[in-house]
Amino acid sequence: MRQEYLVPAQDFSVAGVASSNLKRLLKQLNINPFTIKRIMVAVFEAEVNVIAHSYGGRIVCDLEEEEITIQVIDTGPGIPNLDLAMTEGWSTASEQVRELGYGAGMGLPNIKKNCDHLTIQTKAGEHTHITMLFCLKEGE
Amino acid sequence: MKLKDILACVDGVLVCGESHLEDEVKRGFASDLMSDVLTILEDDILLITGLSNNQAIRTAEMSDISNILLVRNKKPSQTMIDMANELNIALAYTSYSLFKTSGLLFAQGLKPVY
Ligand SMILES: Nc1ncnc2c1ncn2[C@@H]1O[C@H](COP(=O)(O)OP(=O)(O)O)[C@@H](O)[C@H]1O
Ligand SMILES: [Mg+2]
Repeated sequence: MRQEYLVPAQDFSVAGVASSNLKRLLKQLNINPFTIKRIMVAVFEAEVNVIAHSYGGRIVCDLEEEEITIQVIDTGPGIPNLDLAMTEGWSTASEQVRELGYGAGMGLPNIKKNCDHLTIQTKAGEHTHITMLFCLKEGE
Repeated sequence: MKLKDILACVDGVLVCGESHLEDEVKRGFASDLMSDVLTILEDDILLITGLSNNQAIRTAEMSDISNILLVRNKKPSQTMIDMANELNIALAYTSYSLFKTSGLLFAQGLKPVY
């Protein structure tokens, strides 16, 4: 089953709405609560990044029996130095973003911690495409 | 510690979520940074924060946090209250600072997450 959620740029009034809709769906599918929490933390951080740092994008979820793949695809401007961006505490977030409680530079490292497999395709001047994989079977 | 005892300890005012008053809260976590909160995967925690905006409620929702205590007399907006009600989250506030609130609750035996 595939689900898509749109994420607009800069509009913090809807930050978390896409994640919230996804969470409702995951709960209906009877996925264990701890797995849901890991998925939601990762997806929410990625959603906030799209709003805070990009020109907007979408979240595409593929839900299967044994795994969930979630892609977060924006329309740019890309991340010039991914190693730096993955460093805890590194952030280019604006003052406005910080006042809202984000911009601690913990998002990408925390996304990595919570998914079973993460790939990030990005380049300065192009889009950022994050693919997160979550295994649903115990012990994997 | 029960939520009702937590509120009594810091002169807290419950704004919504009366059904949570008997909730057993295991640990407390104090931060104004939502990304910090999102690193906590433990269950049954109290979020103590000076960040009184919709983002605090959203973050609690994602982390399965059902008890939020706002400090520095930051009374929640109607939107926050509506969101908390819909998500079944208890929302309270106290006039005490983050430091004083945390110190009092710690002294009363509320455990830290780490
Ligand atoms: N989707 C994105 N598009 C462009 N830049 C991004 C994106 N996501 C993250 N970044 C960059 O990586 C940095 C680190 O991201 P993150 O770890 O989530 O921390 P924060 O969002 O708190 O700054 C951001 O400050 C930003 O410079
Ligand atoms: Mg971020």
